[in-house]
Amino acid sequence: MPDTQALVNDFLNKLKKRKIEGSQATAKQTAELLRSVISQTRMPYTNQASALIHSVKAVGERLIAANPVELAVGNVVRRVLHIIREEDLSLTTAAMAGLNLSAESDDEDDTDRDNHPALSAAAIAAASRSTLRPPSLQTLLEDVPDSAAVPHTSSSGGDSEGKSKSADKSSRSRKLKHDVIEAVNELIQDISTCRELIAEQAVEHIHQNEVILTLGSSRTVLEFLCAAKEKKRSFRVFVAEGAPRYQGHLLAKELVTRGLQTTLITDSAVFAMISRVNMVIVGAHAVMANGGVIAPVGLNMVALAAQKHAVPFVVLAGSHKLCPLYPHHPEVLLNELRSPSELLDFGEFSDCLDFGSGIGAPLLHVVNPTFDYVPPKLVSLFITDTGGHNPSYMYRLIADYYSADDLVLERRTASGN
Amino acid sequence: MGAQKKGATARVSEDPEELARHPLQAILLADSFTTKFRPITLERPKVLLPLVNIPMINYTLAWLESAGVEEVFVFCCAHSKQVIDYLESSEWSSQPNFSVTTIESHNSISAGDALRLIYERNVIHGDFVLISGDTVSNMSLTQALQEHKDRRKKDANAIMTMVVKQSKPSPITQQSRLGTDELFMAINPVTKQLLYYEDKAEYSKGFISLDKTLIADNPSVILHNDKQDCYIDICSQEVLSLFTDNFDYQHLRRHFVKGLLVDDIMGYKIFTHEIHSSYAARIDNFRSYDTISKDIIQRWTYPFVPDVLCGSSAIKVERQGTYRASDVTLSRSAQLGSFIFIGQGTKIGNDTKISHSVIGERCTIGSNVTIEGSYIWNNVTIEDGCQLRNAIVCDGVILKSGAVLQPGVILSFKVVVGQQFVVPAYSKVSLLQQPTQQDSDEELEYADSTSGTGELRSDKLNGDIAPDLSEIASELGTGGVGYIWKVFEGAYDEEWRHSVAPIPTDKLVKLMLDRDEDEELLTQDGNIISASGELKTDSDGNGSEDDDNEDSRDDYVSFEKEVEATFLRAVHENVKVDLAVLEVNALRLSYNMASVDCGGAIFYSMMKLAVESPHNSASELHRNAADIVTTWQKLLKSFLHDIDEEIEVILKFEEMCLESAKEFAALFPQILHLLYDKEILQEDAILRWADEKEGADESDKVFLKRSEKFIQWLREAEEEEEEEDE
Repeated sequence: MPDTQALVNDFLNKLKKRKIEGSQATAKQTAELLRSVISQTRMPYTNQASALIHSVKAVGERLIAANPVELAVGNVVRRVLHIIREEDLSLTTAAMAGLNLSAESDDEDDTDRDNHPALSAAAIAAASRSTLRPPSLQTLLEDVPDSAAVPHTSSSGGDSEGKSKSADKSSRSRKLKHDVIEAVNELIQDISTCRELIAEQAVEHIHQNEVILTLGSSRTVLEFLCAAKEKKRSFRVFVAEGAPRYQGHLLAKELVTRGLQTTLITDSAVFAMISRVNMVIVGAHAVMANGGVIAPVGLNMVALAAQKHAVPFVVLAGSHKLCPLYPHHPEVLLNELRSPSELLDFGEFSDCLDFGSGIGAPLLHVVNPTFDYVPPKLVSLFITDTGGHNPSYMYRLIADYYSADDLVLERRTASGN
Repeated sequence: MGAQKKGATARVSEDPEELARHPLQAILLADSFTTKFRPITLERPKVLLPLVNIPMINYTLAWLESAGVEEVFVFCCAHSKQVIDYLESSEWSSQPNFSVTTIESHNSISAGDALRLIYERNVIHGDFVLISGDTVSNMSLTQALQEHKDRRKKDANAIMTMVVKQSKPSPITQQSRLGTDELFMAINPVTKQLLYYEDKAEYSKGFISLDKTLIADNPSVILHNDKQDCYIDICSQEVLSLFTDNFDYQHLRRHFVKGLLVDDIMGYKIFTHEIHSSYAARIDNFRSYDTISKDIIQRWTYPFVPDVLCGSSAIKVERQGTYRASDVTLSRSAQLGSFIFIGQGTKIGNDTKISHSVIGERCTIGSNVTIEGSYIWNNVTIEDGCQLRNAIVCDGVILKSGAVLQPGVILSFKVVVGQQFVVPAYSKVSLLQQPTQQDSDEELEYADSTSGTGELRSDKLNGDIAPDLSEIASELGTGGVGYIWKVFEGAYDEEWRHSVAPIPTDKLVKLMLDRDEDEELLTQDGNIISASGELKTDSDGNGSEDDDNEDSRDDYVSFEKEVEATFLRAVHENVKVDLAVLEVNALRLSYNMASVDCGGAIFYSMMKLAVESPHNSASELHRNAADIVTTWQKLLKSFLHDIDEEIEVILKFEEMCLESAKEFAALFPQILHLLYDKEILQEDAILRWADEKEGADESDKVFLKRSEKFIQWLREAEEEEEEEDE
């Protein structure tokens, strides 16, 4: 335990000091940390799932508080919680189904269950899962032969859990932990491969001789463009430099080294150039549940320009960037104000910031926000690792990844006290 | 014990690669050794004072941690218990890869003492960062460290790298935005070596003096007045041993830096590293407290800003730079202006107006209160209708209804201001009485925790009245508790310069008029304008007279006396010449004199001894002088490195003959000859002196005429030699 504690503290520190750059790295490290938290958690005899949920929540809360601007942390924590719930449910239902089959003769407890002795464990799992959240497209497509059976099985599932034998429990607890860790491993795998999965779709979107515009720098965008280039598509890229950090310069450099025809423009020239552009492709900091995008500063302007000229505005986002919260949610910190020194040199302006004379208050105020909010109506398409989606579909996608119970992680009781 | 063992191994492995592997260490001085924050620092150490609601030391430690420092030694002196308790209960005691060790001392009165004590502890094993606990920065150390290490490899004498930053001083007040005096630095633009450092320049004179060797030795020199010293130094181990060797070094800049710059024997060099986009500043006085607070609120110190340091869930940044904790009770009609900070649990009443201020935790602010540009710490109660402008209000203060704080007021802990009472501008109010004796050198004085409460209370400010409660109350209106500290004569000028309040317009206008007058004066007097225009040189014998101001004259006189005493002791106690040289050298360093002055002073003492020893005739006097010169010629010679210094001796002798020891007047040529014989003076020096004197007034030429024969002889000898050479 002290081992994970040290790991957690170390990670907290890094988050606090803003030492981890990029959502993907943050998401991956968060998932890895939570995996070790799970593997270190002692499993009680009863209620293993809630024990796991409790320990993950406890760590998750602190992680989120350490850097609330990086929404990927919260996303991963919520996804891990969702995984635990899912695995627990499928195990319970599977065990229950097993119990059902074996207890066919001595039905002392549940008469309802006898009505459906032939239900497969998988079907029950799928069915019971669907009761915990609104049905998503995927679950609807999975075959559920008897939807009427769903409420019964799930309600009795709770009963049977309490009655299961202790020997069964211990093997199950080990199984639960094992399954959860397996699933978290899959999640980590997903996070690290999301860029390739997104890039694979590039050829479907970028066509011959098109002009693509992007702003600032995003690894995902870079790989997306390069993937199209590798598939022998020839196209041109306009890169807006992305003041004040000018990461567009780096992107332009990268693109040129990979042999792409690149034009670097200032952010303010975007509107002038947009009429020649076929498609705007940008990265995102986070995608909210309503399909709105939190993205590097300046993107709202680009989106508006694109809308004016009816240019498709495409946002690339790995699934770890999908946030189950809405932008108006009080927990969401939309922006971070960085140091004004990125905009101007302190020394040159030091005489403007002399508080010793005049009214004693600064007349010059430099604001350097990091992010913009692009409303969903300005976005034409999201490309995630699972494919392209309409902004209005995002809430559905998000429902697949998160449980409604986990949206608010802060324990009310703790804050109340 | 472990540390000592480590020290032993460190000394064995001297090769640079081994040294590079040491974890980066830092010395944090948790005491400023000044009294600028009195009366607040009588009760709490400066490093624990809240800066935008977070103790100053947290900013420093957070920066050190993020800059990759792994081991910090916090040196605590004044209120050391409070600092240690704070650090032990804080998050810093349990950080992985970042250890904070406290070193406690009760009798250190300066940074020099602190560093000497740390040297004795033997805990520093390589390059270290020297910083005081009141410094806020977000610079990256990597580059500065690398530069320092690279320089060290090339030149082992490059022992320190000072961090500087551009910051233009105000042309009117001649002080920086941090309220410190205008700083002059001469830096070699290629090597970045620091050549000259002066933070107490005399503005009235309109010029500064540089040593001419400085220009001779460096192909280019840039003189800056727009650089701010960040008080972040990257030092090598030698710095500590230098402090130990020179027991009179007290102040880091005034003694150590200037000492190294003036002294060329040891050959140690200081370099600078300029930062551009990052921030660094030290809180030196109330003005810089105000300025740096505003910089933090404006996020120049990002990521060391309150919402990041405390965690953003606790404090949120809203529009116009408003920082608000999550549970502030705010009246609907309260008006919050821009750039304010409101801490947890604070309640703010109806129609209260707040702008450009910091309000701490659990404060209660009534209705119709106006707060502008003020710093209100924790648990403060402000009743209805109070007005605060540019004030600092410490923990637990109570302002009764209608009280008014005029600009620049400092209310120390738990002071109570009575109803409708107006606290006059720039007053400092404390529950403790003002210490009656003030040290003349405020820099050396420090807030002594032992002479804290009890003693000070018994000191009577007014002498005859006992400090009972009613007497105290009368100073701050009905129901008020606290003493208003008196401003000392002459210190009033400092008050408005260093206060939290902006400088009043009338002062600025007055300063501007003064300056204009000065400039007119300067243009009227042709001599002075040329002096302010060109660089004067210190070692120029003729020019030195009018360059030196009163201070350095006094210094020189007392230096001369000291040298004389040392010399006499050496004569009477038969001290070895080598030791005498060392002693005179030490004196020279402590008085900040050039070796030119030493030669003159020693010669003066020798001649004086000759005059004072019994003699009946001029020839006897000559013999006395000859004896002394023969015995001590080595001492004198060791301070006469070049011709300039020898000329100085001749000039000194001339001066003596005219003033203090007229008996020598007759013997002038003989003594000159004697010095020439003993090879103390070279013939070049004598001839140069003669040439220089050629153009002087008749009255000045007296001695030249007397020694005409000797000089004639010298000239002929020289010519003969030349002929022989041919």
